Amino acid sequence: MRITFHGTLRIYALLILPLPAIIFVGYLLPTLGVLGWSFSLPEPGVQHYANIVDSATIHTVIWRTLRICLLTTLISVAIAYLIAYRWRFASGRGRQFIELFVLLPFWLSMLIRAFAWLVLLRNDGLINQSLMTLGIVDEPLALVRNELGALIGMVHFMVPYAVLPLLSSMRQIDDSLLKAASSLGAGRWATLKDVFLPLTLPGVAAASATVFVFSLGCFVTPALLGGGKAAMLAESVYIQMFQLSNWGLGAALSIVLMLMVAVSAVVFGKLVGFGRFTGRTV
Amino acid sequence: MSTAPTVTKIASQNPASAKYVPRLDLAKLISYLGMLLAAFFLLLPILVIVPLSFGDQRFLAFPEGTWSLRHYAELLNSAWLSSILQSLGLAVAVGIVSTALAFMFATGIWLEPRYRTVLTTVVLLPMIVPQVVSAMSLYYLGAKLQLLDTLVGVGFGHLMMALPYSLIAMLVAYSRLDINLYKASRSLGAGLWMTIRQVLMPNVRVGMAGSFFMAFIMSWEEVVVTLFTSGLNVVTLPKRIWDGLRYNLDPAIAAVSTLMIFITLIILLVRIYRHKTNVDSPGH
Repeated sequence: MRITFHGTLRIYALLILPLPAIIFVGYLLPTLGVLGWSFSLPEPGVQHYANIVDSATIHTVIWRTLRICLLTTLISVAIAYLIAYRWRFASGRGRQFIELFVLLPFWLSMLIRAFAWLVLLRNDGLINQSLMTLGIVDEPLALVRNELGALIGMVHFMVPYAVLPLLSSMRQIDDSLLKAASSLGAGRWATLKDVFLPLTLPGVAAASATVFVFSLGCFVTPALLGGGKAAMLAESVYIQMFQLSNWGLGAALSIVLMLMVAVSAVVFGKLVGFGRFTGRTV
Repeated sequence: MSTAPTVTKIASQNPASAKYVPRLDLAKLISYLGMLLAAFFLLLPILVIVPLSFGDQRFLAFPEGTWSLRHYAELLNSAWLSSILQSLGLAVAVGIVSTALAFMFATGIWLEPRYRTVLTTVVLLPMIVPQVVSAMSLYYLGAKLQLLDTLVGVGFGHLMMALPYSLIAMLVAYSRLDINLYKASRSLGAGLWMTIRQVLMPNVRVGMAGSFFMAFIMSWEEVVVTLFTSGLNVVTLPKRIWDGLRYNLDPAIAAVSTLMIFITLIILLVRIYRHKTNVDSPGH
């Protein structure tokens, strides 16, 4: 079908290849280099991986990472579900309002958001000052520069990411299905629980997968709001590299992080079934 | 960007079916309340920054009585200004290179989709891999080529992070283009380059703008790769903010944040308003 002439294929290659080539040389090869570092610095061997398997400190970091990510996923998907649900049944103006308050933080730099939470949550911050003025607490609550602070910042960061897949699954639900349920005698709650919720489960799964996998690699938000006391895997890579100058261990930790992301992506994929994202039409 | 098609599609869906509106009751009231709380949670931290930026103290504080622009004046001080200019320059350069590469690739793959899946996956990798891992790779590259803490080295890192987003914008643009356009142009005697320049480019120019915009934003906001690959010479705006957040809360951050909030807000309002008009017009 295609109109071809001599040498067309070479011209296509000229168009196509620069981009993959630059990614290959500038990104993939260096990644192999990092893998090499993890086995060769400061001396050849698997000592860093043995260390990761044995060290209680690193286990604490890994468990903390998984714990924070799991909590972040649960809380942000729950909040996002509520937002998406109200969006689904909102009028034009209501939808615009919801889109605005979801997208404004979404497009704002994570540094700016971390800054805002530091201002709000620190000891002499707005929340603690208000609580103390109202006499609810005597001492400022430790809201930031700990695990709680990291969690709050991460949830705030992830809610918009969870909203988007939920919106797309909810807008596929035909109004007539819900009408049918209610005209067959299902109450509001039954309609929600037996009709609406099951239809949105693929969206919930997609949102959870997005948030969990994304959270695993989070660095900036937990580093700033956790204040070093809630170091997650990504932050510990940075600490090993630039505070302890242990390049080998830093490299090994980043490889472990990459594997964890890959494994959770595959697990989520299997759990949900890729077909449910694409194949199903309601 | 990603919500653009969403909003348009929703309104045009199921025009025939009757609208289902849950009756007002306690449960609905609670869900409204929950949504307002969520809105409060999402917006509160952003709204708090704005008054802080007009504080009249040397340190970060709410303005008491008099509002002042001293923190904005601080932005014109050489260190902040040079960071802003450095970030702007990097973002524009990354945007141009990234758009050019993405345009070439998307055009080629649209004309010859044989290895589309595998090649596209390779290019999208920096978007999927955790940023810290990408930062390690780019640190390795910078160390090997002695490009750490240079504009070229940091810019190259930004480019790697920006390319996937740039490419997605281009691929979306091409997915809406009919291949017959190309065939018609060629059968009328236009050469490949002429077709690309005079037929394809004008048709994907919105995608090119989106591609540039995405790359610009990715570079402008890039933190993690910059932290790994820069030092004392290259201090982009996000790097300066990061330093200011780590050691003390520099009030100039409130001023620069407020500016960013207003710019983002204006762009969003325009986009949301434009969607509404798009939705209303038939045939979109």
